[in-house]
Amino acid sequence: MAEIIQEEKGKGGKKKAKKHAPHIDMTPMVDLMCLLITFFMLTTAFSKSKVMEITLPEKLKDKDKKNQEAPRIAKSRTLNVILGPDNKIFYYTGMVEDPKNPPVLQVTDFSPTGIRALLLERNKALFNKISQFQADVTAGKITIPRDSVASAVRKLKNDDDTGPIVLIKAYKASNYGNFVDILDEMSIVGIARNTFVDINWIEEKMVETALGITPTSAQKK
Amino acid sequence: MPKIKLPTKSPHIDMTPMVDLFSVVLTFLMLTTTMRQPEPATVDTPASISEKPTPDYNMMTLLISKEGGVFLNVDNGGDTLSKFRPLILAEMGKQYNIEFTEEEKREFEKLPMSVGVPMDKMKEFLDTKEPAKRKLLQTGIPYDSLDNQLASWVLYCRQVNPKVNACLKGDSKTEYPVVKKILNILQDKNVNRFNLITNLEAVKIKDENTQK
Repeated sequence: MAEIIQEEKGKGGKKKAKKHAPHIDMTPMVDLMCLLITFFMLTTAFSKSKVMEITLPEKLKDKDKKNQEAPRIAKSRTLNVILGPDNKIFYYTGMVEDPKNPPVLQVTDFSPTGIRALLLERNKALFNKISQFQADVTAGKITIPRDSVASAVRKLKNDDDTGPIVLIKAYKASNYGNFVDILDEMSIVGIARNTFVDINWIEEKMVETALGITPTSAQKK
Repeated sequence: MPKIKLPTKSPHIDMTPMVDLFSVVLTFLMLTTTMRQPEPATVDTPASISEKPTPDYNMMTLLISKEGGVFLNVDNGGDTLSKFRPLILAEMGKQYNIEFTEEEKREFEKLPMSVGVPMDKMKEFLDTKEPAKRKLLQTGIPYDSLDNQLASWVLYCRQVNPKVNACLKGDSKTEYPVVKKILNILQDKNVNRFNLITNLEAVKIKDENTQK
């Protein structure tokens, strides 16, 4: 970044002050600034991390609360999703302790054609409603303050009575990434009702049989 | 034919606009920057489509490392000024019969990172000034049923600052039983709403919307 400073000629050099050009060499300053910019760019945490909110059902502690009846949900609407090891997902519909037709465990994964396709299929009505609403908002058919879009979507979800009720359970060999991923799928597909519940020992056994591991927890209870 | 008078021009390039531009960029970077904090454990957070930014205030962040160590970061960033940290440390000291000096409390307040030191090592941790030694002492907060210090930390954090929100920052490879245990401890202390810290994965939902 060298430069040649030319001496100013022509005015005859009457005044001594005008002999030197009033020019300051900026090159070192540019060099320094380059360094500083590089430093700041490398140290900056540009993308601020995001948060995903979850609310877990309150634990029942008091005795009188324990007598509270569990919420009744339609058997056909439930979808039990079990997070397995190696990013596998097991799912079945209905009740686990059903003597007439015991549930059949099916395997899928986190790819768009896996669990998402399944959930979309089950949640088609609500998903279409939400995406229609969002499209209308973007197209300007519905004028609504930006802040209230989320609450409007929430209301759509609350009114939903056809979509699946997803019960998410985690087998012990699953990891935190799966846990976040499945919750993420819920918000992508717009599942209205989903909750996290503890895995049942029968389900653990079912997963283990499906995986071909000798069951470990069957004798627990 | 007149020659093109290129050679007579000064080979000097005026750097001033470049300096101006650089100043602007530099000022912008300096103002927007939040220095990356050195954490006791590197954590690779999972991705989600959530677009809600991490709040700056009233946060209690539990860092869960891949190995299952838990580190607590409370009142860092936005509300360091409210000085909850020394109060929390004092309460913890009371429970575990450790008297912390004013200096130690101030040291705890100034710590820019998450802390995962068992209470019996806490004094040693705060007294030493060497980062390497400190790093060695950061073994994670004990949270098993025999010595559940995490529960006490959570309890006092909420006592000192009732508005505090629980934030979970876990590695995607953390085993689920560890997370479950920590969630249980938090739920025992009546924390039922959690913020899971994730990376934004914007592309995913875009694809989703265009397909359907």
